[in-house]
Amino acid sequence: MKIICNGKEMDVKDSLTIEKLVVDLDLNPATVVVECNGSIVLPDNYAEQQLSEGSVLELIRFVGGG
Amino acid sequence: MLTIAGHNFKSRLLVGTGKFASSQLMKEAIDASGSEMVTVALRRVDLDDPGDDIMSVLDRERYVFLPNTSGARNSDEAVRLARMSKASGGGEWLKLEVTPDPRTLLPDPVETLKATEILVREGFKVLPYMNADPILALKLQDAGAVAVMPLGSPIGTNQGLLTRFQVEIIIDQARVPVIVDAGLGAPSHAAEAMELGADAVLVNTAMAVAGDPVRMAKAFAMAVEAGRSAYESGLGRRQAQAMASSPAVGLGFLN
Repeated sequence: MKIICNGKEMDVKDSLTIEKLVVDLDLNPATVVVECNGSIVLPDNYAEQQLSEGSVLELIRFVGGG
Repeated sequence: MLTIAGHNFKSRLLVGTGKFASSQLMKEAIDASGSEMVTVALRRVDLDDPGDDIMSVLDRERYVFLPNTSGARNSDEAVRLARMSKASGGGEWLKLEVTPDPRTLLPDPVETLKATEILVREGFKVLPYMNADPILALKLQDAGAVAVMPLGSPIGTNQGLLTRFQVEIIIDQARVPVIVDAGLGAPSHAAEAMELGADAVLVNTAMAVAGDPVRMAKAFAMAVEAGRSAYESGLGRRQAQAMASSPAVGLGFLN
């Protein structure tokens, strides 16, 4: 299925969870904040929440800034 | 001792983590600055080049992280960034920034006040970045800001304390710490703000773009200490008329 992740279309397996996606992208689930279809997903729910066709994801994290 | 929202800090220098040439250089500069509070920003992960994770570069036991809402153009965007920050383990500290005009990066006073009200209700410790407006500073304190952060000059300009007159009034009226933020381009600028009685200053660009950021960080640390000591010692009064430092008497032998 296709999802939109950080503005780009991505082809992923059906019923992929947020946790699996974050780990597959080699990111640390403890320091990435995920917004799915405009709502923040709390880290406790990464393992359960499945993505569906057309899901719009934002993966955000802290960077250097003033 | 600087106390913000009940939290004590030995250092009166806050440091921003942007624009450093490398994570290692940033880490060393922050170490040299002696700072105990550092700002960070929230951005999309670059999936093609994720790079270093700042949360693993800096020791979270050692520094209080002050996430900012940089990039927010209105209160809705600032609130959204603040909530993301909390969800990603950023804690309750928040440097609130609402800058609708990318050319000046000046803060929007109306949206900043609105966002402060919302975020204080949600339990955030809000430190609003603000124009050096004494009336706005009072309103932000009334709204529950735990400190106010008036600008010295526009972000990243290194122009120093162009707002000296207004910052003096803000300090005089303040019931919460006043942290002069933005535009401090040299240690002398930081010392000037501290001599006026600012409780702290925040510096980023001037350190990050220096030829030697680590030495510059140390220079800022010394300037902040010097300025604070001068303020606490009580500076002499300015006056127009010259007053001899040497005795006026005992010059009879010249006649």
